[in-house]
Amino acid sequence: MAEMAVESDVMEAAGPYDRARALGAFKFGDITFYWITRACAISVLLILGGIILSLIVGAWPAIREYGAAFLWTQRWAPSADPPVLGALGPIYGTLVTSVIAMMIAIPVGLGIAVFLTEICPLWLRRPIGLAIELLAGIPSIIYGMWGFFVLGPFLANNFQPFMISVFDGVPVLGTIFAGPPSYLSLFNASLILAIMVLPFITAISVDVFKTVPPVLKEAAYGVGCTTWEVVRNVVIPYTRVGVIGGIMLALGRALGETMAVTFIIGNSFKIQSSLFAPGTTISAAIASEFAESDGLHQSGLILLGLLLFILTFFVLAAARLMLMRLEQKAGN
Amino acid sequence: MNFVRTIVAAGLVAASTSAFAADITGAGATFPFPLYSKWADAYKKETGNGLNYQSIGSGAGIKQIVAKTVTFGASDMPLKPEQLEKDGMIQWPQAMGALVPVVNLEGIKPGELVFSGELLGDIYLGKIKKWDDPAIAKLNPKVKLPSEAITVVRRSDGSGTTFLWTDYLSKTNAEWKAKAGSGTAVEWPTGVGAKGNEGVAGNVSQTKNSIGYVEYAYAKQNKLTYGAVINKAGKTVQPTIGAFQAAAANADWVGAKNYYVILTDQPGEASWPITGATFILMHREPVDKAASAEAIKFFKWAFEKGDKMAEELDYIPMPDSVVKQIEKTWTSEIKS
Repeated sequence: MAEMAVESDVMEAAGPYDRARALGAFKFGDITFYWITRACAISVLLILGGIILSLIVGAWPAIREYGAAFLWTQRWAPSADPPVLGALGPIYGTLVTSVIAMMIAIPVGLGIAVFLTEICPLWLRRPIGLAIELLAGIPSIIYGMWGFFVLGPFLANNFQPFMISVFDGVPVLGTIFAGPPSYLSLFNASLILAIMVLPFITAISVDVFKTVPPVLKEAAYGVGCTTWEVVRNVVIPYTRVGVIGGIMLALGRALGETMAVTFIIGNSFKIQSSLFAPGTTISAAIASEFAESDGLHQSGLILLGLLLFILTFFVLAAARLMLMRLEQKAGN
Repeated sequence: MNFVRTIVAAGLVAASTSAFAADITGAGATFPFPLYSKWADAYKKETGNGLNYQSIGSGAGIKQIVAKTVTFGASDMPLKPEQLEKDGMIQWPQAMGALVPVVNLEGIKPGELVFSGELLGDIYLGKIKKWDDPAIAKLNPKVKLPSEAITVVRRSDGSGTTFLWTDYLSKTNAEWKAKAGSGTAVEWPTGVGAKGNEGVAGNVSQTKNSIGYVEYAYAKQNKLTYGAVINKAGKTVQPTIGAFQAAAANADWVGAKNYYVILTDQPGEASWPITGATFILMHREPVDKAASAEAIKFFKWAFEKGDKMAEELDYIPMPDSVVKQIEKTWTSEIKS
């Protein structure tokens, strides 16, 4: 007791002066912290601005030469004099491969996530979860090689002949699957992309599904809902924002993936109606031609990069807008 | 799987040689890469000095040497004398090699299939779509050709190999010349693109009923089925060292300014028509004089002791008279 009294005496003795100093130190720390974090946040904007600026500067000669026609010209002839460059082929390839990849990856990814969180027996959860994490960790060139050596031959020798025999003569579908069997094609690249973006959708969906309060689900089960009804009416609406976020991340990756796609897409600038024909994407075109390019050709490739940047920006902006409207609806 | 092995080997060479500061650095053509890495290996054993050669393609090699980031650049396409003058560089042919058309066709043996430049041009234009096309059958009456679609494989990156190939097609097929022309990267009418000689070799060996073009050493290493070609004299020639040398013998190295010679479609009954030299580019006034002198020492050694190694890999050594001239060029033009 006596000792404590002494201590408190000492503190009293320290008085208002020290207290002010301590507070001052806190305040200084606070301000420093504020400015450091603020600088970090602003640096993101600076970096982004720098990237856009350097892309525009690099692309300027091509913008001036080709103008808006760059967007709908299909011909890509860097060796012509002067070079004739058009982005339609790569833009088409980028969109087609991404859309097909998402068409496959969204249902499968959500399916895995629902299974893992709602239905899966406990002992199977870890192996499947680990497998998905591993899938995300595999370097993209490995996917490319697998697509080249395993998936490509399977598609060309088994899958495509089968599809051709099934859809022969059917309008639209017949054309989509036509053509000589090729290991390297838009379809092969789309499948590889679907596998590559799967972990993004699954991992994020699993995480957000886990945030659904058990009491909500229990209440739904309590009134006699089936598992499907609980997922459809409770889990998905509750986690919509997170799920769409995961899908957007995946789409971003699909739009920009380079190495694996360059390996298996066939790098042809011509647009062909068959999905089994070779094509190219914006990033694959840049990757395979940039090292050897100069002058207008290089500027054209940088302009392609700028287009990819803008494309991704619009996709993400559209996603944000959609989310905002969804939230408003939910709020009302 | 040879394709994978080539990539792994390339990575190892780059990783193991870059560890030493005294190494000579060079970058460029993929066409002579097997030769340069073999030379570098032997040179390292003999002298302890390594060579770090990155086979990133001729155009990229030219860019690197112009930017002075490497000691030498390598290109399969000789630079025009004006361009050399502008950048203060010299060039010389270090070795010669040949391109071969390669196919993946069941039951066809190497050298069995005969092509002409015109026929190859039509295939690469996409005009001939099936292997049993009358135009192919006409040149190959004894070969049983399948009724399968042709998969055309070509380079997706710009390259000196592509330059030699398209230069040959331009000289032999008028329509090719008008539509696609020649260059390190052209507007391909058809086909799938693969990266590097090793990429084309890998694609052809994987894809049934395909055709591609690679440097002869890559065809041999990957055990690909090559075709014979009808040359300018109208004779069918097989890709052999003798045929490559016959084409090289016709080249006028001494009379050409800055060694600007393109070896495709040379006359002569025994000449292989798709032959080319691979060039080394260096600055007249190098930034790092010691490294530059070291590089010259390596190339001199390669001329003196590398002939046998070159022949083992089916490259053609430069004739002695040309070597003498090149050595004179070194002493008179490079400041050290």
